Amino acid sequence: MASLTIENVHKRYGTVPILRGIDLSIADGEFLILVGPSGCGKSTLLSMIAGLDDISEGQIRIGDRVVNDVSPKDRDIAMVFQSYALYPSMTVRENIEFAMKMKKVPAAERAATVDRVAKMLQMDALLDRRPAQLSGGQRQRVAMGRALARNPAIFLFDEPLSNLDAKLRVEMRAEIKSLHQRLKNTMVYVTHDQVEAMTLGDRIAVMKDGLVQQFGTPAEIYERPATMYVAGFIGSPTMNFMSATYEANAQGAMLRIDGCTVSVPIATATGSLAQAPRGEVIAGIRPEHFVAAAPNTPGAIPITIELLEPTGADTYAMARIGSKKTTLRFAPKQAPRVGETAWVTVDPAAVNLFDPKTEQRIAA
Amino acid sequence: MKTELNAGRLAIYAFLALALFFFCLPAWFALVNSFKPLDEIYAGNVFGLPQRWTLEAWSKTWSKACTGAPECKGLSQYFVNSLLAVVPATAIGTLWGCLNGYVLAKWRFKGSEGVLFVLMFGSFIPIGLFLFPLTVIFDRMGLSTSLAGLVTVYVIYSLPTALFFRNYFVGFPGELIKAARIDGAGMLRIFWSIALPTARPILMVVVIMSFTNIWNDFLFALVLAPFDSQTVTVGLNNLINVVEERAEYNVHMAGALIAALPTTIVYILAGKHFVRGLTSGAVKG
Repeated sequence: MASLTIENVHKRYGTVPILRGIDLSIADGEFLILVGPSGCGKSTLLSMIAGLDDISEGQIRIGDRVVNDVSPKDRDIAMVFQSYALYPSMTVRENIEFAMKMKKVPAAERAATVDRVAKMLQMDALLDRRPAQLSGGQRQRVAMGRALARNPAIFLFDEPLSNLDAKLRVEMRAEIKSLHQRLKNTMVYVTHDQVEAMTLGDRIAVMKDGLVQQFGTPAEIYERPATMYVAGFIGSPTMNFMSATYEANAQGAMLRIDGCTVSVPIATATGSLAQAPRGEVIAGIRPEHFVAAAPNTPGAIPITIELLEPTGADTYAMARIGSKKTTLRFAPKQAPRVGETAWVTVDPAAVNLFDPKTEQRIAA
Repeated sequence: MKTELNAGRLAIYAFLALALFFFCLPAWFALVNSFKPLDEIYAGNVFGLPQRWTLEAWSKTWSKACTGAPECKGLSQYFVNSLLAVVPATAIGTLWGCLNGYVLAKWRFKGSEGVLFVLMFGSFIPIGLFLFPLTVIFDRMGLSTSLAGLVTVYVIYSLPTALFFRNYFVGFPGELIKAARIDGAGMLRIFWSIALPTARPILMVVVIMSFTNIWNDFLFALVLAPFDSQTVTVGLNNLINVVEERAEYNVHMAGALIAALPTTIVYILAGKHFVRGLTSGAVKG
């Protein structure tokens, strides 16, 4: 078990920068998610933590030890790969034992470890099979078992669920989470799936173009995204962005959305927004932060429903606010019909304002 | 699906039948005549089945025929010499090529592309070019007294097989190597325990090709093998060139068949893998 510190880490291939100064640190036992689109450098960063890639600049520490020049096998880590990377010519048992054989662990101890891991993951029956004879979910399980057998200070996961079908992915996600709750090991998990990021992480680093856009808890990232990129990346359906003017009048801070006749009060609950500069902003409002209201409620916006997407638990409606296409969430039973006009207010506490030029979040 | 028997299809079958006939005729000729008494051949039965089947020619070829050696002892010693040279040369050459291919595909180093080019280039140079320099080197190094020198040359000359292995290992998943590195395995251990066991189809292809090439080699064997341990191709040549009152065609045919037997057996045993190996990668699985 160990903490992990990443300080000003750069990675360049020749002159091409891949990572451009990453600073992250997590405490012992935390679950860190690296999330971002393909090519953002998240897998490269994981490879560097594992020791499979060199660090061009900066420092990575596991516990108190600088591991920049430590070989992968001596870093006290275990890694689960996207393709599972099970050794094809070995049985499940031999796969799990391989690392211990390399360390010359006595046979009796190896057998005990295999038994322990097999029980923990309920795969006793699979031990004498080869990877080719296993289903996708079973391979995933064996790959986890191989990592568990090493009992490492840090577990590294490289998109471990992306080759599974949807149902199995949800199951294995829950299994990884419960494993973390039982073992309390430090874990680093790379994914491009924002649902996995939100559900698994203690802390999430959202990456783009070799930089960390935001590093925080899932709640911080979801509720107070630091940039428009993060706001749009996390959450499904995605956050609505609307050009608006932020102004103050007798009723307090108000938001006038472009092309919309109504001013929306926002400052009451967000407090510090009152100090934000007045003027042009981008308002970010998530679909669930619209609240159905009675017709002609003060501050309510009239909308005409263009399209409905019922998902069962929620019904999403597409409508235009001003000229901007907007997604709103309704409870299925209260959802208006296509073509109807509905009235909605905005949860004033949940609005995020962004600078239209820098795309950074305004104020707190 | 039922195909129509039209003129084009008939032409194809006719051509295939002709090709089959063309390749089978010499084999048939060798086979039937090796089982005939010599008199029967001289009496005019050249292409027909033997009237009297006999193994005399085979046993004479194996242990009694004269080959220009001090004693007339047949091809047996030549055959054994061939095995002594070919088996180690194939085994070492194939493994060595496999290791080289693996390194060239997965452990790129500065200049590895250059090595690849040179390797490819080397395989196009005719072997005749090497003969004279090699005899000089052999002489200086004292290698011309045993088969070890010949084996060395075969191993070196089979180095371009690394290209086959390189092309196979290029498709070998990099994550397996990463996983093994984290598990604490070094380059050679990963090769031996993880990469090599997956390479069986391509190993089969290269073993068959190397075995056949080396077994059939005449030039290196003629020039570089010590005079008292020559290989079967050279022996066969000697056997046929020995001047007798009348040429013993039945013995010659039996000799040719004996010389061809090992490669035939290798094809029969491993041919299935050969085809599979040649097409592996083309289709998934």
